[in-house]
Amino acid sequence: MLTTGTIIFGVFALVVIASALGMLLSRNAIYAALFLVLNFATVAVLYLILGAPFIALVQITVYAGSIMVLFLFVIMLLGAEKLPAGEPLGHHRWIALLFGLVFLAELALFLVYRAGMRAAVNTPPLEFGSPAAVGMSLFQKYALPFEITGFILVVATVGAILLTRGEGFKGRKRTLEIQSQDK
Amino acid sequence: MLEKYLPLAIILAFAVFIGFFVVILGTIFGPRRPTERKSAPYESGMIPYGPGTRRMNVSYYLVAVLFILFDIEIVFVLPWAVIFRELGVPGLVLMGIFLVVLEVAFVYAWKKGALEWE
Amino acid sequence: MDGAMILEWVIKSIFLILVMTGGFAYVTLYERKVLARIQVRIGPNRAGPFGVLQPVADGIKLIFKEELVPAKADKLIFTLAPVLTVIPALIITAVVPWGTEVTLFGRTIKLYLADINIAVLYLMAVTSISIYGIALAGWSSNNKYATLGGLRATAQMISYELALGFAMIVPVMMAGSMSLVDIVESQKPVWFVFVQPLAFLIYFIAALAEINRSPFDMPEAEQELTAGYHTEYSGMKFALFFMAEYIKMIAISMIGSSLFLGGYRGPFVDQLPALGPLYLFIKVAIVLFVIIWIRATLPRIRYDRLMQFGWKVLFPLALLNVFVTGVVLILVGG
Repeated sequence: MLTTGTIIFGVFALVVIASALGMLLSRNAIYAALFLVLNFATVAVLYLILGAPFIALVQITVYAGSIMVLFLFVIMLLGAEKLPAGEPLGHHRWIALLFGLVFLAELALFLVYRAGMRAAVNTPPLEFGSPAAVGMSLFQKYALPFEITGFILVVATVGAILLTRGEGFKGRKRTLEIQSQDK
Repeated sequence: MLEKYLPLAIILAFAVFIGFFVVILGTIFGPRRPTERKSAPYESGMIPYGPGTRRMNVSYYLVAVLFILFDIEIVFVLPWAVIFRELGVPGLVLMGIFLVVLEVAFVYAWKKGALEWE
Repeated sequence: MDGAMILEWVIKSIFLILVMTGGFAYVTLYERKVLARIQVRIGPNRAGPFGVLQPVADGIKLIFKEELVPAKADKLIFTLAPVLTVIPALIITAVVPWGTEVTLFGRTIKLYLADINIAVLYLMAVTSISIYGIALAGWSSNNKYATLGGLRATAQMISYELALGFAMIVPVMMAGSMSLVDIVESQKPVWFVFVQPLAFLIYFIAALAEINRSPFDMPEAEQELTAGYHTEYSGMKFALFFMAEYIKMIAISMIGSSLFLGGYRGPFVDQLPALGPLYLFIKVAIVLFVIIWIRATLPRIRYDRLMQFGWKVLFPLALLNVFVTGVVLILVGG
């Protein structure tokens, strides 16, 4: 039962969990961000093990490569790497714990009641995760969701630009002048 | 399947080794006599003032936001680039609409001055 | 999969890393020699004949240099940042083919480490990861110049990464595959640089900016930022940044040669596959010469111009080029 694949999966799954915990527990935002990068990269390896190389590298390019760069920029821009000691949102911890337990129970129930389902999952064909196969299903079967993704991305980006307008680029010259007066 | 990626794992292991090996080499052979002056931030010989890290220009944030959008765009264009001959005209129209829609955000950012640097 | 195969991969990996690190040492000498000749000087000529031992002397000197760590620096990340910078530079060329295959000791050996069908995406993934080392070096130094240099460098890298990505998509479209082996092989009739000169130009400019190479070396401008993100680095840690920069130069030359200049292809390479690495080497040397020549000729570009050029000229041009290529290839056929 314990094949090489299972062992590799187990090792990387442990790294995923450890890096996620590291992200949650570190008091320095830069370290937290780096743990998240490690987490994304390891999840990419898990995708690779599942036979989806295209998705694996997209995970690294988009999540570890660009979204985390934004996180890092924001932390560095604000000079906010040191998190305050203590718990600013103490009561959230209990709610989070509750939801975590509910999720765990759901997972356990699924494993108990649907144990027979696991056999039904076939190994996908070898070229299932190749870029050509991904492209074929993306541009033929899922053409409409693909276009809608475009609209969602635009709305999100425009929103992100709009939100910075307050202290943002339009009033930037003014901010700089104030800073130079402070000296 | 996985064997194809094993060489990449092997070279990654060697690269990590080389990186740490060089750092350790320097730590072993280099002298270490830190003084207060030496370990102060380098500011061209002036006495450093103020914090080393401070708030930065918001333009960097905007660039990173736009980068995410277009990085995702590239990721979507890549599989299309592999099979666009098979997809033919419908695929071209599909990709054309997608690109035009995403470029709306680009034009918006441009008009709003997010691409201007002082 | 057998043991011999793994041994072959290990040997190839060691070979590739040795070529890249050795290449780094000699590209520094190559650059100094070429720059000297352009400026009517002789260049290093004391250590060994024609100065061939100069890189060795520089390396030994750096090993015995004291390494300063700023008192307020984040020690762990400060040490980790140079390592994180050099790793992507060392692994990015793993998907570049050196040739087809040769028979050595009665064993057919393919002249590439890995041929994966998502090689171009791998290049992009590794490029995007290489940002971290520089950003973290700038941040962890706790130095104004280093932080600003790191931020500038990362902002520049992500801006030009887009144009770079779109320029790399064009050969993928021409070949109909993301594998670099397929891309090189489909340049058998004609190199892509002759069909897509604009894409090659965009690739070349964006790649120079991506590795913070002059005339796009604003993040490391001595006059303005002392030395940018590696201001506080000395000794072997500084050597790692230096190494990463030069290995990246070799890497973009290798990748550019494979994507646009026919890679290992050349006359008689089908009859004699051992010529492949030689052709690749010659092409890389020529591209490197052009990079050094540009450094000797062009002044540094102002940072605002640099960012505006990337976003307002290069990126739209690269995007348009991809789409027009698609339209032409589908409507005209190709």
